[in-house]
Amino acid sequence: MSRTFKHFLLAAGMLAMGASAAGAATLDDVKARSALNCGVSQGLPGFSNPDDKGNWAGLDVDFCRAIAAAIFNDPTKVKFSPLSAKDRFTALQSGAIDVLSRNTTWTMSRDTTLGFNFAGVMYYDGQGFMVRKSLNLKSVSDLNGASICVQTGTTNELNVGDYFRTNNLKYELIAFATIDETIKAYDSGRCDAFTADQSQLYAVRLKLTNAADHVVLQQVISKEPLGPLVRQGDDQWFDLVKWTYFAMLDAEELGVNSKNVDQMGSTANPEIKRLLGTDGKFGEAIGISNDWVARIVKHVGNYGEVFDRNLGPATPLAINRGQNNLWNNGGLQYGMPVR
Amino acid sequence: METRTVAFVAPPELRPQEPAPANTRGAIGWARAHLFGSVGQVLLTLLGIFVVYAVVPPLLKFFVFEAVWTGTGRDDCLPEKIGRPVGACWPFIWAKWNQILYGFYPAAERWRVNTVYLMGALLLAPLLFPKLPFKRLNALAFFGIYPVIAFVLLTGGDLDMRTFLLGWTGLDFGLASFAGLRVGFWLQFILVALIAAGIGMLVCPFFGGERGSVAKSILKVFAVLGVILLVVDLDFGLEPVETRQWGGLLVTLVIAVTGITVSLPFGILLALGRRSDYPLVKYASIIFIEFWRGVPLITVLFFATYMLPLFLPGRFTIDGLLRALVGVALFASAYMAEVVRGGLQAIPKGQYEGAMALGLRSGFMMRLVVLPQALKLVIPGIVNNFIGLFKDTTLVLIVSIFDLLGILRASFTDPAWATPTTLFTGFGFAGIVYFVFCYGMSRYSMALEKRLDRSHRH
Repeated sequence: MSRTFKHFLLAAGMLAMGASAAGAATLDDVKARSALNCGVSQGLPGFSNPDDKGNWAGLDVDFCRAIAAAIFNDPTKVKFSPLSAKDRFTALQSGAIDVLSRNTTWTMSRDTTLGFNFAGVMYYDGQGFMVRKSLNLKSVSDLNGASICVQTGTTNELNVGDYFRTNNLKYELIAFATIDETIKAYDSGRCDAFTADQSQLYAVRLKLTNAADHVVLQQVISKEPLGPLVRQGDDQWFDLVKWTYFAMLDAEELGVNSKNVDQMGSTANPEIKRLLGTDGKFGEAIGISNDWVARIVKHVGNYGEVFDRNLGPATPLAINRGQNNLWNNGGLQYGMPVR
Repeated sequence: METRTVAFVAPPELRPQEPAPANTRGAIGWARAHLFGSVGQVLLTLLGIFVVYAVVPPLLKFFVFEAVWTGTGRDDCLPEKIGRPVGACWPFIWAKWNQILYGFYPAAERWRVNTVYLMGALLLAPLLFPKLPFKRLNALAFFGIYPVIAFVLLTGGDLDMRTFLLGWTGLDFGLASFAGLRVGFWLQFILVALIAAGIGMLVCPFFGGERGSVAKSILKVFAVLGVILLVVDLDFGLEPVETRQWGGLLVTLVIAVTGITVSLPFGILLALGRRSDYPLVKYASIIFIEFWRGVPLITVLFFATYMLPLFLPGRFTIDGLLRALVGVALFASAYMAEVVRGGLQAIPKGQYEGAMALGLRSGFMMRLVVLPQALKLVIPGIVNNFIGLFKDTTLVLIVSIFDLLGILRASFTDPAWATPTTLFTGFGFAGIVYFVFCYGMSRYSMALEKRLDRSHRH
């Protein structure tokens, strides 16, 4: 389906339902049905994938659980809709879901013309390279003259061309139709490097015959800020989703985690008191209880805990925090202050 | 009369009959005749041996000999962790077993799915064996009662219906309810039944019908419909389970069984319609069949799932699985109609004329003479459709319904089980499941053909 046609469909959908959906208070709807409708991916390792018990798990999934915890004090009051890349925007626009937390790149056109608001960046992703450890490469410029495996028809393929040409590096692109073919080719030694978004590279690494022999280079050649988004036109709901994200970051920065959150309430630190709702009425401002952050951290955890649980070194994926570290740890994650 | 021995005929007791030469009997003889009879045969045999040699040992090696059978996570299926080459990672299947069977169906409610599976098997099995009695009762139970019970068990029932066909008039008898039944709904239902019977009585003289009997049959239809609606509307205290939580084999079977049981009767009706003498019926059937045969199933599903909601007014939504079910059923009916039409065309004109000469009206002629012969002729085609439909069910994956294959694909993304061989294990397992079902259908159809073909075996 062509892009124009897709946009046409979206526009038609907006016309058909936009009027009623935009004006409605999403929070009231969510409270009335006693469940959050959350759109997630149909399967992306560490972001949203079904676990052995048949529950959805992952970073994107836990963000929705955090919103549910803030509203209901119960992280299980979420209905997950696994969406494909094609139907994710239609689902949000038509009101079938309240929030789309599905590794969606924040771009201008999505933020403006499609009628969405991005609430933050849950994961700073970017196109990276995976190479064999034995090659001892440190940066992308060391890949001069390398053969690179890539899935054809992706933006990754275009990005590699742009980057190598602008930096006067020689390269040979070996493209394959599906991701599994590409993995197989790289695994059998057809190419020196494998390129895709970094989050994907870590997942691909698990499928290689000897995962430990491969390393994902830290450097990225493109910006893929992945974050949750909501419909335009409901500022209260937008605020709630946005501040759920900030609260998870603030909690990590202030050292509040799921284990110590109950004791932290009685601390003298005014910042923590405001965050946990023992001081001030910040929750009421977004239409929920004042101890909303305490609920999030207690049931789901702070950003660092959620990251470690789903993507961190203790998981098979073993993704380095990198850009997703807090701002005071050399990363880009920066929670706005609650005050 | 005395017997005379003829000089040139050896008496039978003189020499015992010799066995056939060694090279024409037993395994060697069979091999000579069937495997090495000519140069061409020898070449084909060698080719066959080579194919078997190239395919079977690696498969066995991967799925059996080098496979890992027990474990708790990806570490148990990694060659570098357990120090030997690893084939299939079966613990992955065991870990995902419940999802493969039930999808995301809540664990506490899975007994309902099991009950539906068990009831289906218990009702279907006796239906398949021709010797067992009570066929009529059994068929009524399987095709009439079972779907209603299965619906209530799987969804939880208690549909909470408010209006019956009269919602658009603004008529509302209030929302008083009793045991999950809304009084207003049932008042409307009775009203609609009476109106329908009244209309029937008014128009029937134009078609030469008898007023009393027409009204009676209309009310009978409404009575049956009423019982079904009553059952799905009653509150049995079952936890409602949305269809988005269904998945795995459950969805595959629901779609396949619905498609199969709907497509056969509808296909027969459409095939008869297409050969009808009434232009309206004939062209309606032709348009229906050609339309559904002319569009790919993927398009139908995609349209039903993503485009339909854009055209429907805001609050009006149809369940996603139901949309897919309707799409699959209509699609399968059109295909079935053409298969049945093939059978109808193969019946010689003499059969029709013979039936007419016996004074049978056209309905009886079709039911007693033509259809039994025609359907028997096209059993291979019908079962072909069934098998194709069973495998086509997996297309619902593109509209975000997680059938057997969809649930496996989602499970592949679980980092706790991501290994080099997880993918192949999962697809291998799915292949086995599909094979079991399709081969079962195929064998049953062959047995059925044999049994029905007794009268004119050539």
